[in-house]
Formats: sequence, C-alpha cells, structure tokens
Amino acid sequence: MDQAVPQFNITNMKCQRTAGTTVVLVHLVALVCFAAATPVSADGEGDSGNRESISTADHSTFDTLQRDFESGPDVTRACLTCHTEAGHQVRQSIHWTWDYRHPDTGQQLGKRHVLNSFCTNLRTNQPRCTSCHTGYGWNDASFDFSDDSRVDCLVCHDTTGTYDKAPRQAGRVLKNETTIHGDSLTPPDLGAVARNIGQPDIATCGSCHFNGGGGDGSKHGDLDSSLIDAPYSLDVHMSPQGGDMTCQDCHVSTGHQLAGGRYDMTARDREGTGKPGKRRRAATCESCHGVDVHDDGSYVARTLNQHNDRVACQTCHIPEIARGGVQTKIWWDWSKAGRLAEDGSSIHEKNASGRTSYWTRWGEIEWREDYVPSYAWFDGNVRYTRPTDEIDPESVVPINRLTGSADNPDARVWPFKVMRGKQPYDSARKRLVLMHLFGKDDTAYWKNLDWAPAIQAAMDEKGLPFSGEIGFVETRMYWPITHMVAPAEQAVSCEACHSRDSRLVGLTDFYMPGRDAPAWLDRIGALALLATLLGVLGHAALRIFFHYRRARQ
Amino acid sequence: MTQTIRLFSPFEIAWHWSQALLILSLLLTAFELHGTYALLGYDLAATVHVTGAIALMVVWVFAIFWHVATGEWRQYVPTTNRVYAVIRFYTRGIFRGEPHPFRPSRGRKHNPLQLFAYLIFNALISPAIWITGLIYLSLNLFGDVLPIPLGPVATVHIAAAYATAVFLIGHVYMITTGETVFQHLKAMLTGYAAVETEPH
Repeated sequence: MDQAVPQFNITNMKCQRTAGTTVVLVHLVALVCFAAATPVSADGEGDSGNRESISTADHSTFDTLQRDFESGPDVTRACLTCHTEAGHQVRQSIHWTWDYRHPDTGQQLGKRHVLNSFCTNLRTNQPRCTSCHTGYGWNDASFDFSDDSRVDCLVCHDTTGTYDKAPRQAGRVLKNETTIHGDSLTPPDLGAVARNIGQPDIATCGSCHFNGGGGDGSKHGDLDSSLIDAPYSLDVHMSPQGGDMTCQDCHVSTGHQLAGGRYDMTARDREGTGKPGKRRRAATCESCHGVDVHDDGSYVARTLNQHNDRVACQTCHIPEIARGGVQTKIWWDWSKAGRLAEDGSSIHEKNASGRTSYWTRWGEIEWREDYVPSYAWFDGNVRYTRPTDEIDPESVVPINRLTGSADNPDARVWPFKVMRGKQPYDSARKRLVLMHLFGKDDTAYWKNLDWAPAIQAAMDEKGLPFSGEIGFVETRMYWPITHMVAPAEQAVSCEACHSRDSRLVGLTDFYMPGRDAPAWLDRIGALALLATLLGVLGHAALRIFFHYRRARQ
Repeated sequence: MTQTIRLFSPFEIAWHWSQALLILSLLLTAFELHGTYALLGYDLAATVHVTGAIALMVVWVFAIFWHVATGEWRQYVPTTNRVYAVIRFYTRGIFRGEPHPFRPSRGRKHNPLQLFAYLIFNALISPAIWITGLIYLSLNLFGDVLPIPLGPVATVHIAAAYATAVFLIGHVYMITTGETVFQHLKAMLTGYAAVETEPH
C-alpha cells in the first residue's frame, strides 16, 4: 500500500534563509508536492528577516546555549531558564491549546473540536495534524498540555531556516536524515538554531498557515506562499515594496497571545486607533487606519467613509482572492475517494496547474485562483455544525454559519472564500461524522480505503454514536478573507456592487442604488418617455406636413 | 401692432439657464447611478449628481427669494381662463397656421396650459424629487439619521426623475412652437420678445 499510494505528510517545516534569499520549501504538506511539485522560492530583498535586530540580547553569547542539545524539550528547558514565564504564556495561547470557547455562542471551538470540510477532524489523526502544533509529541489524548518543556520555542523563533521537523511525528524534531518528495531534510543542529533565534517572519508563520487543508494555499484563499516576498500588487502590507510588514505587525503579540483569529472576529470596529499607546491587541484594519480613512476631502471619500458602517474594508480592498499564482481548493468530494486503477494502484490526477484534481485517498478536488470572493453579512460570530448537531441531508449542510444581516448594526458585508464539497455523514442519525484518515493501523482510511471502520474508529475515540450507515452530504464552509489587500487604485469600483450584475447579488435584504430599482418602475418610466417622445415627434411631423401643404396652396 | 418688450429679467435668464444646465446634468448622472448606462463612471457620476443637487438647491433658494421679493410668484398662479383655446390651438390651430390665442405680457408670461404643466412640475414632481433626494443625501452624508427604509424613497426619487425627463422632452418641444421655431428660445436667451400689443 505504501508503495502504491504516496505517503500523506502534513508538515515538514523547513524554511531556509540565506543572506538575501528566503527559500521556503513548500512541501510542508506532502500533497503540495503532488500538487505543485516545484518548491516555491522567492528573493527576500527587504524581507523582514533582513531587518537589523532590535533585540537587547544576543542569544549567541548566552552561556546556557553554548552546547549541543539532545532534543527539542532540551532546548525549551534552556529557554525557560531565562524566559521563566514563556512556557506558561504559550500554553495559554490557541497555538498550544487548539481550544477556544466562543464567548457569545458558548460553542467549544478550536482545532481540537471543530469539524471542517477538508480532512474534517483532528481526533485520531494527531501525529499528522499535530506536526503543526507548537509543541513536541501530541500523539494522542494522553499528551501532557501542562508540561512547559513540551512547548516548541524554535518552530516560531528559528531564523536559520534549518529547523526541520519530522513530518508525521506530532511535531518532533527530525532525528534522522530523510527525503520528502525529492527534498532532503537534515536533522537540525539544535544548538546553532537556539543561538540564532529571533522574531518570526512571514515564511515562519506560513510554514503552517499557508499549508493547511492539504497544500499551499489549499484552505484560506488569502494565505499562501505567494505572500513571501509578495509583489506590491498582491499585498500592500506584506510586500517589501509596500509596508514590508510581518504577520505580528497586525496580529500583535502580547505575552504570546496573538490578536486576531477567525473564531470570534471583530467584524465592525468602531473604536479605530484608540488613544496613543492604547489598543495594542487588535488586528482590525481600523486599529491602524482609523475609522474614517478616506481623507482626500472629496464627496467620494466622504461617501466611502460613510460606507464603513456597512461594508468591511476587505470587501472593496481585496478585489479578488488567490491572486498570487497559487490556487486554492474550492471543492473536495470525499465520496469519490477510494477509486483504484485496474492494477489496483492508486490514481493520482492533476489539473493544468499541477494541483491534485483526483487522488484515491482524497477523492475529487477543484482548485481556483484569481477570483471574486463571495459576500455575506457578518457580525463576527460563527457557529459551527458539530458532529452532535442534527443536519438536513436534503440541503447543503453549512459546516459553519455566519450571523449577520442588514438590520444588524454590528454586521458588515464581508468577503469569504466558500469551500464546498461532499463528506461522509451518518445517514441514519443525520449527523456529520469524524474520520480516521492517517495511520498504519487497520482502520485508517488512507491505509485501508474503507470508510466504515475509519469512521467507526474516529467516532469511538470521540465517544460519539455511529449507526454504521454512511452517506455523503454536500457541505459548505465560509472562510473570511482579510489578507491580500491590493493597492488602493485596484480597489473594487462602485459599480461592481451598484449595478444590475452586482457582486452583492446574493444579499437581498436591503435596498442598494444602482441594483435594486423595481422593474415595473423602469417599464413604466421607459414607456412614458417613449410615449412623450413619439407624441412630440408626431406633433412636429404634422406641423411640418401642414406647413408645406399650406405653402403649396 | 408688434412691440419688442423685455419679457424676462437678467435674473430670470440666469435662473432658467443655470437650472436647465443643472437639471440636465442631474438627469444624465441620475440614470447612470440608476444603472441605465455607463458614462462618467459611478463615482464621478455620484459626485456630479450630488454637487449638482446642492447647486440647484442654492439656485432655488435665490429663485424663491426673488419670486417672493418681486411678487413674480403670481405668474405661477394657475388659471383655467382660456385654457381650452390654448388646447385647441395646440391640437388644431397650430397646424392651420393660426396665431396663438395667448399673448404674453410682462404681467402674464405663461399661457394657461404652460402654467398647468409648471404647476405639476412645481407642486408634484419637484417636491417629490427634493424630499426624497434630501433623505438620500442625509443617508449618505450623516448616516442613518432618519429611520426611513431606502427602497420606497428611491422608488419615488426614480419615478420623479422619469417624470422630470418627460417634462423636459415636452418643455423642449414646446419651445419650438412659437411663430418661428427659435422665437421662444431667443426670448429666453435675450429676455426680449416681440409681442402683439393688440389682438388680431
């Protein structure tokens, strides 16, 4: 089986930076390697990593670090001798807990709990999924979340680009040299990495956040490797020709807690920049730009400022998504998975851009780039459909529901990537199911290509009932769009929305000029104009006719 | 006997033509904002439309003041006196080359049918467009101050715009119905008109 079906590797974090060049090997997800076999490289001139360090400490001079380290936790223990609170801080963050209780809806969210429409669930797939956990060794439920030494400091703070982690071992540091789809991985010199730590750059965060959902750009639509050394037209903030900003310039970190996140968003920020020195923990556009940002004094600028109570900045300033040349998944049909070639080997097909369009383990995938996002009213709250919630299999099941409407003052029109697909559900109990994909055991789907034991194992592990009857239901999931902000002159034009073929054609609960006039009004109006015109023309013709007849007489 | 008199004062000429220009630009941009065609681009059209509307309001403030101060508002008091004669002229007499039954004078510049048309414009179309326009403008400039749904407001505004366009077509055509095609236009441009001082 392993010979026939290429290994599925979620992460193999590897960022290499040389003096002027950042090379990110975008095979963090093995599937990426299938999809886009060539590593993406980008020149890092002006990249944030080349900034002169403003740190008051040079870690390469620290006595504690002048030695070799046996393991990741060994390094962490050294870090903690000075950074005494860092372990505790990280352990409070969602990067560690993967657990988030929504303050308004009360839903228990975070990767640990939610079910999505990609590989659907963490449970029973840990060693693969948790290779992106900011810790060492989250293999299963027995992982000790209270152990400071389990925190992986280096995965965020490495600046050497040599910190290779084992792709399928729950975030453990690579012990033996290995090759992943043509790219060799070398066990890092942990001492050298530890002596050269610094702040994360875009590639660092991107090593996980660009690659979720099965490959570069797969999941979000506004986060992929093209943001590393992005051209100005792609992202004015992150581009070295633009703001040259790093992720944490917006996702401001306070004691390892980062601002922002999509479980509970600030869809409408009324506060703006706040008083000087205040308002550090905010990732909204307004927290830097203020609430009345269009300031050339024109009527249009004033009107645009007036729009910001109803329209998110992102809606106009991110005209299209997946603009950097990296495609994003828009359709994942698990019901098509499991098909084998005549000789019993797995089938692997690619689209014109080299992305996986069919794989025996995955089913059918569609990708898209450079396209107009979907729009919806959004007040920041998202409700997830949990495996305990009843679904209606006759309709498209919303994996997550946005709340918001035109008459909700906290809601604004936001852009979203809509991820669609088909995934298994319990057709007797009408519930979405978890699935056990990864592993070498005799229930893992990717090893055995048999849904019933794979679902049973995952449901058992989570303690959920499963009838054994499997169907596939169409699902839809919303991914808020906020990155890839284009230069102002590329912002969406007024008539893109204020027209008959409006971008907001799906939002019908309010009146919009240019889009919504009643059809009868235009019919009557046109008729009245036509009648008047014909009337005066007829009158004029008669006048001319009688004038010449009189002249002849 | 024909006598050339000053029918329209310089103020009236300036008022009429500034109003004409503004209403034309408002109509032109209105239907672009409405989505009927693309011409200036939506943002420029919106700017011109709102600027034109504000300018027209200023013109109207002056015009209303002028009409009240000079007593000229009486010109617009509607009358049915000889209205049938005028209707008969436009439906028959004009084709037979008959003279117009109404003779304008300083005291009565508009014929009764004309007055009726102006009455509709001033009493119905214009208030409809200004009230809805001001609500529209207040929504854009000051936010949701008025708890009025935009849909009905916009519908009335658009209906009034169509009515204005209908009025304009009729008005422009009526200009050509003088003794010569350009007689009325010339009067409105120069202020002077040759009028019959005695009946035929």
